Amino acid sequence: MFKSTDMTNGHICSFRAKKLGFLLILGIAMPALLHAASGPQLIQPAELAKLLQGPESHRPLIIQVGFRSLYEQAHIPNSEYVGATSQADGLKELHKRVQALPRERFIVLYCGCCPWSHCPNVQPAYRELQAMGFRNVRVLYIANNFGADWVDKGYPVSKGN
Amino acid sequence: MNSKIPLVIGAALVVAASLYFGTRNIADLPSFGLNSGQHLPAPQVTVTDLNGQPLSMASYRGDVVLVDFWATWCDPCRQEIPHFVELQNKYRGQGFHVLGISMDDGPRPVREFYETYKMNYPVAMGDAKLAERFGGVLGLPVSFLIGRDGRIYARHVGETDASVFEKEVQQLLARPPASGL
Repeated sequence: MFKSTDMTNGHICSFRAKKLGFLLILGIAMPALLHAASGPQLIQPAELAKLLQGPESHRPLIIQVGFRSLYEQAHIPNSEYVGATSQADGLKELHKRVQALPRERFIVLYCGCCPWSHCPNVQPAYRELQAMGFRNVRVLYIANNFGADWVDKGYPVSKGN
Repeated sequence: MNSKIPLVIGAALVVAASLYFGTRNIADLPSFGLNSGQHLPAPQVTVTDLNGQPLSMASYRGDVVLVDFWATWCDPCRQEIPHFVELQNKYRGQGFHVLGISMDDGPRPVREFYETYKMNYPVAMGDAKLAERFGGVLGLPVSFLIGRDGRIYARHVGETDASVFEKEVQQLLARPPASGL
């Protein structure tokens, strides 16, 4: 009887420990899960344009994840081109570009190929950086396309490769 | 002195017209309209299709052309393409042509897409220089409708309803080749 009670207590302790462990893991994982589920952290064009005028130390690494001829016609000054990240080659280039960077590096992704809800490139790029452990990533919100929402608004533009 | 007045007025009109058209850009085109005076001539470019055949805009003169800048990975572009295939089938006999300009970084996915979507019109690979000749392509899709007189009558940015294209194509086809030339 005594032995049996002891065993029951042991089971209860073990169950409580497992429950606590589960809650602990959930507590750690939940913010990350919620973060991923809430979608990309956005930055508005006006805010990014302001950052570009600020001190260099505050400027993010800006990566264009759209198509090459768009980049060649007009891109955000000092931004880098990796290719369309809806394609495997583009994602590979993105991975390669950021692999050696510290995970707290401030990175801004942008595309502007198509209206925001149709852009096939920014979500895969954002997910890739999240999966690599980058936590300070924002996506430039381009409602219609890069021409209408950046160039035509008079924000700074560079051309060429 | 009086005999010089028409000459002066004529010269002033020529200068004014040069300034007006010289400073206009295709990207600033007004919405669809049939007044040819409002519409800039399409750029006289020659492209090479996926089979290596050269295609000159000049060779389309007298016909109606829809030039579509697109990419295989662009969802709104993919939505439009079956409608362009349909338009090409329906109006080919009346002098209508679609010309696709792919803005993909390379031709490999374009060739696959061409087969999958059973595209029935030529597709060429585009680049920044070609895009700039059309006033810049800073988003996809972008489509231009060129009339029989070689002028651009419409520029559509973003996915556009098939009925809009069809109505415009019909209107441009209905114009005799001589009008507005």
